[in-house]
Parts: sequence; C-alpha cells; structure tokens
Amino acid sequence: MPQPFRLNVNGAEHTVTAEGDTPLLYVLRNDLGLNAPKFGCGLGQCGACTALLNGAAIRTCLFPVSGVGNASVVTLEGLGTIEKPHALQRAFIAEQAAQCGYCINGMIMTAKAFLDHNPHPTAAAIRQALAENLCRCGTHVRIVRAVQRAANGT
Amino acid sequence: MNPGPFLGHVAPGQLPLDLETNKRLDSWLRINPDGTVEVFTGKVEYGQGAITALAQIAADELDVNFERIRMRPADTSHSPDESYTAGSASIEVGGGALRYAAADARATLLEMAAAKMRAPTGSLTVDDGVITTSAAAGRVTYWELASKGLLARDVRSGIPLKPNSSRHIVGTSVPRLDIPAKVTGGEAYVQDMRLPGMLFGRVVRPPSYGAQLTAFDDVSAKAMPGVVTVVRNGRFLGVVARREEQAIAARAALQRAAVWTMPTELPDEASIAAFFRNSADAQVTTVSSRSPSVTAPMAVRTLRATYSKPYLAHASIGPSCAIAAVEDGVLTIWSHTQGAYPLRTDIAVVMGLPLGKVRIVHAQGSGCYGHNGADDVALDAALLSRAAGGAPVKVQWMRDDEFAWEPFGGAMSIDVQASVAADGSITDWQYDVWSNSFNMRPGQRGGVNLLAAWHLAQPFQHSPPREIPLPSGGADRNAVPYYDFPSQRITEHFLPTMPVRVSAHRSLGAFGNVFAVESFMDELAHSAGADPVEFRLRHLTDDRAKAVIRSVADRAKWRSGAKGDGARGRGIAFLRYESTKTYVAVIADIVVDRESNAIRVERITAAADSGLIITPDGISNQLEGAIIQGASWALKERVRFDRQRVTSRDWNSYPILTFSELPEIDIVLLNRPDLPPLGAGEAALPPVPAAIANAFFHATGRRLRDLPFDRDRVKAALA
Repeated sequence: MPQPFRLNVNGAEHTVTAEGDTPLLYVLRNDLGLNAPKFGCGLGQCGACTALLNGAAIRTCLFPVSGVGNASVVTLEGLGTIEKPHALQRAFIAEQAAQCGYCINGMIMTAKAFLDHNPHPTAAAIRQALAENLCRCGTHVRIVRAVQRAANGT
Repeated sequence: MNPGPFLGHVAPGQLPLDLETNKRLDSWLRINPDGTVEVFTGKVEYGQGAITALAQIAADELDVNFERIRMRPADTSHSPDESYTAGSASIEVGGGALRYAAADARATLLEMAAAKMRAPTGSLTVDDGVITTSAAAGRVTYWELASKGLLARDVRSGIPLKPNSSRHIVGTSVPRLDIPAKVTGGEAYVQDMRLPGMLFGRVVRPPSYGAQLTAFDDVSAKAMPGVVTVVRNGRFLGVVARREEQAIAARAALQRAAVWTMPTELPDEASIAAFFRNSADAQVTTVSSRSPSVTAPMAVRTLRATYSKPYLAHASIGPSCAIAAVEDGVLTIWSHTQGAYPLRTDIAVVMGLPLGKVRIVHAQGSGCYGHNGADDVALDAALLSRAAGGAPVKVQWMRDDEFAWEPFGGAMSIDVQASVAADGSITDWQYDVWSNSFNMRPGQRGGVNLLAAWHLAQPFQHSPPREIPLPSGGADRNAVPYYDFPSQRITEHFLPTMPVRVSAHRSLGAFGNVFAVESFMDELAHSAGADPVEFRLRHLTDDRAKAVIRSVADRAKWRSGAKGDGARGRGIAFLRYESTKTYVAVIADIVVDRESNAIRVERITAAADSGLIITPDGISNQLEGAIIQGASWALKERVRFDRQRVTSRDWNSYPILTFSELPEIDIVLLNRPDLPPLGAGEAALPPVPAAIANAFFHATGRRLRDLPFDRDRVKAALA
C-alpha cells in the first residue's frame, strides 16, 4: 500500500506518497523533480544514482524510501547552483571534467562524502575512493584532477 | 570529404557536403533582433563537445561574440538533414557546412549594410555584429538588419570565407556549453524531460534473439497498481504505468508470466574464428592490392600470425531512453539517436505513418560510442504511446535490456603474413580479415533496423548488410596499412550472417585491424632486429605520420634498444584513422604482475595531429577518453554468450576499467592551423591494444594476439 513519507531533501520538507519499497531514486526524480541522481543500472553497481544520507553516500537506486526516516537527503542540486556553485562543481567546470557527464553526479556526491572526512587526499586516495564508481567515456583523469582541485581550494 | 571550407575558398559552383543537400540558408541560421544567433545543426551532442565546437565555428565566421550563439538540437521538423553524427565527421563535414553558411549570412548582412550606409562592402568591418565603414561615420548592427526573410533563400556558391588568420574563437579552449547544467542537476538529458501527463513504459524482451513466446498471461500485470495498459504484439511485450516503479514491477510480473522456447542458435564463443572461417556465404573482396613495379628485394624470412577481437559492447553508462507522444496529430519522439532523420524513416515505416507525421527531436543521452539502443527504444516508446492513446510515454531500458540487446561491435578474426628482406624492410604484406557489418543503423535501404520491429506479429526484417566503401570502411577500416610496402594484398571476408547482433561501434573495424597491423609490425621489427620506432619510420613517407611517431617517442623518452625486465615493458603503435583523418601514435608503459596475471598500464603517452584544432581542450578530452576506453576494451572487455543467449548482462559480467586501474595519460597535440581540421573523436582508440601487447612482449618475450588481455590470456601467454 502506498504511504505518505515526509522527507527532508536539500534542506526542505516534502511529503510524497509511494510504496515503502520504492527506490529513493524514483521518488527524488519523479515526485520531487530532481535531475541529478541518475538511473545507470538499478543494481548499485555504477554509482550514477548517488546522493547523501546524513552526509554518507548512498546508492538511491537500491535504497527504499521507507528507509530514509528523519535523515537529511542531499542531492547534487543541494550542493550548489550555476549561480552559486559548490567548490566541487566549480572544480569540475574549471577542469572540464565531463564528456557525456552522465556519471558525474555520482562522482561529485561520492567525492563530497569522501572529502568531508579526508580533506587533503592524495591522487591515489581519490582514485581509491572512486573505485566503485563507473565512468564509460574515460573521463577518469579529469575527474581525479577536479576532486583534487576542490580539495586544494583552488 | 571536402576540405575546402577550412582552407579558404570553395570552388565556384561547389558547395560543402551537407549544404548540397540542405540549401536553405535559414534552415541553418537565424539572426534575431534580440541580439542572438540561432544555429540549427543536424549534428548532435553526446559528450564529444561537437555542439560547442560548432558554435565556435559559427561565431568566428559571423564575427559575433561566442555568447550570442544559441545552438538548437536536431529536429526533423526543421533542422538540416546531416544524416548521422558519427564517423568523426562533425567538424570536417558539419563544421564545414556551418562555416560556409555563416559566411553567406555575413556576406548578406554586409551587402545590406553597404546599401544602407552607401559605402562599398570592401570598406566595412564587423565587430560582434556591429558594422562600421571607413568611408563614413555611423554604424549598423546585425540585429537592426535582422528580419524573418533575411536568410530565406538557398545558400549561394562562390562565397569567400574569412581568412584563417582572422580567426580568434576557433583554436581557443572555450568551456563546453553543456557542462554547467550537467554538474548542477539542470535539465540535460532525455531522462530529465517531464511532459504533462507523462506515463512510464517498460519492455519485456525475449530471453534470447530467437526465443518464441509459447504462453503469455497479462492478467496479473494488468491488475497491478498504476498499470494503464499491457501490450502484446507478436513477441513484443510492454507495459505502461503511472509511476516508474509501477512500470518496473509490472515488467517483472510480465516476465514471470511469459513462457518462451529458446533455440540453440549461437556459435561457441570460444571458437568464433573457426565459425567465421567456415562461413558458406562470405563475400570475399580484395580491398587493396599492389604489385611491385620493379623487382623487389629478395625475401629472407616470412612471418605469419593470427589475431582476434571479441564482440564488444557500447555499454553506455545510462541505458537508452526515449519519450514518445502524439502532439497535434504528429508522433513526436525525443531521442538521443545519432541520426534523427534516418530514425524517422524507419519509425514511419513501422508505425505506418507518412514522414510528415513523424517528428524526431534530439535530446542528449549518455555517451553512446556508436549505434547503441537509442534508436530501438524510440520505437518501443512509439509503440507504447500508441497503446496508451498517444499519451506521452517515457521508456527507459533497464541495465540488462541494454547489455543483452544493443548491437555490438563485431568480432573479428585476422591473418597476417609478411616477408622481410635481408635489410629488414618489408617486401610483401598479405592480410585477411573476417567479420560482419559494422553498420546496421536505421535508415538503410531494404529493411528496418529497429529491434521491436523484428518482434511484431507482422515482423519487419533488417536491411541486407552492406560494407562501407574505403577509405572509410567498415570491417576493413584501417585494414590497409598506412605504410608503404612494395607489394601487398588486403582481403576482406565480409560475413552477411550475423548470429550476434552487430552494428557501428566506435572506430568500427579499425580497433581490430590496427591491433593486428601494429602488433605484426612489432613482430616484424623484432625479427629484423630493428627498433620498433625506427622500423615504422623506415616504412613511411608521409611527414605528418613520421612527426607523430617522433613526437611521442620524444615525449616518452623512448630509448632504442632498451630492454624489458620481465615485468616492465613499453610498446608503440601508430595509425592514421581511416587513412585520411587524425594521425595518432601511442606508447604504453606497463607492468606485468605475474602473481595475479594482471597487466597494469602505468602510463600512456600519445601524440596526435588533427590539423587545425577547433578546441584544444575539447580534443584532449576526446583523445584521453578514447585512450582510456581503448585500455578498457583491450584489458577487460568481451561480450559473453552461451549457445542460446547473451550472458553478460550487468557490470559484474561485463567489467570495465575502474579508477583503481587508471593509467597516467600524457598527450602532445601537434596543432596545424594551416591545414584542414581532421576528425579526431575515434582516432586514439585503435592503437591502444597493440601498444599494450607490444609492451607485454617487450617485458616478457611473449605475444598476446587475442583480445582482451584478461588474466586467463596473460596466464596462458606466460606459461
């Protein structure tokens, strides 16, 4: 049976009605109209769907809406905007760290969670942190450089 | 290809390629009174930066600031028909046409200004759309002159282009127009489109190509929450629901309710080469032959080798997606197709509609690397929308739909035989390649190339496979070496029977052919006791080819005679893509881990000459991406199948290169602004596997002749 769920997403309260086992990905995209978390595999294998739950990176394609509770959900939209970008978003634009760009949501959100606990990582540590995120276009080198740039505050 | 537009004047009476077929100037450009310029290109963006580069070309030729350009997506209701965005032709062909159209528009505006200001056109200068004359005071702007009918005529021939020296936007690294939205969650992909009343569709594909539906029951699916309709037409099954997760759940229910028989119809994946060579219907063509005009030096040694490449998946990170709706009596489909017009042709045939009642609008998808599921899902959406009374239906392929049903890059089997003289020079070269078509895209003569069409109760058939003529080529792309051999014969065995679905996959046959050619060149060099770099230079006369090889050797500090140490090695490979496009040479530095049987690629150094560079950063992005993709294909990738069906259906069963396996990439660009731009989007892929294989030989003394170089193959090679 569909139920109402009160969700805190990007700092605002929303009420959505859905079955409890609905992956959070579809609630974010279709009920809340967010674009950033993407359907890549629905299997938790690629990371394109990543968002933050109380600051930790989760794979929204597998995470049920019933599991969110009072936790705060932050998506890429919640990090910053074109007018006021987050340091990571600014860095990805500066490094032109995208080809098709479809994986980039997962890269930035995973990097955000990582940098929050590792503010001065080596390139090797960044590669390790992103090891479970897939990029098919081969933008890896630029992605690492962008995360490094954001970490350096440049 | 017509290189004319980037060199200067196009000959009188001649128009650049895509203008010949789309002569109306206002179908390319619109000058608006609000100070913007709309550009309608038939080329599409899929992450390769084409749209930004085309905007640079238009802005430069028109003499307006880059920020005024508004690029409009390909739309069959009004855009020029530029066929497919493929084959590394967006700049050469798309850019060539657009530049010329912009030149004609600029000339038109200057003629109007000259009349208005009563000054000779030769006295006029333009700066960001503001026209002034040395002959008088005053100014006129493009925006004041703009009117609906301004460019409403055919483009004229004989329009002079601006001198190349006056360019100031082309040649600079302008930030990509599409990236800001993509990093901030803006609407950027077809997946982000939301239409009023939009429903969600899913398809249930057969479990294998030839599976037949013997029992089917839609009762349980129809009863599920939110389900609007269930479709069965022959073997085509689909469902439409109000919420996306409802469509997914109903799809699962339909899968459980369908009973199929599965024939044994696929060859043994372990013996594709034998299967190919035993084909009864091979069409054998000599694609190149040369006999020596003088007596060639005596051959002292003849070498032979056999190489293979598996089926490779596009494996787009975002599975294919489309939205279809009937709007004002017109079936409208938003699609990330590479070819809006060819897609429209096939859709119209299947849906039984006149062309004018079908409209394809391009919206971006994830990287496609050729013909993936984008066109197929467009038909799926059309069928499901029709079943839902013309309501907008968004169909998203699931991960296993994409892996199992996309058309793959064909497997290839290759024999090479060459002879060398006493001085080590190659005296003769014999090459045979067996493979299928690399072009089964929609819009081909004699059939319909859309998946669902083959599964309908009254099914359509795919078009008869045809080879693409050289110099471009399909399975024989880059089969003819760029080297100068006194004697050669290159033979293609084109196999029309396609047990595994195939079509265009980035670089087509070049990936397999350059792997074979460049690996074998290395084998010949070794047999002659020659340095691999020097051996290649010796057999080339094209200075640009020699320059990229010397450049990469220099950059990587290649030392002739340096020995591998059993673990570390380096190898080189070179190509000129399609023998007419970008030149690339790469050197791979690898480490062989004999405990895990893994090849770790530590660094790939590359040098590329693509003539005039439109966007240095854009081309670097493409070359880096192609190199990393090439390393992934070479080390890890192969489509898996048993005797009934494709079995690689997720990222676990089709692994690709990850961040923890990432090589360092170092690229040298040899910019030639005095020469026409050359297509670069695919060129750096093909040389990568040979560079790695040659490095493996350098390290271990063993040859890897079968792709991919996975742990089993490495282990067998080291045994």
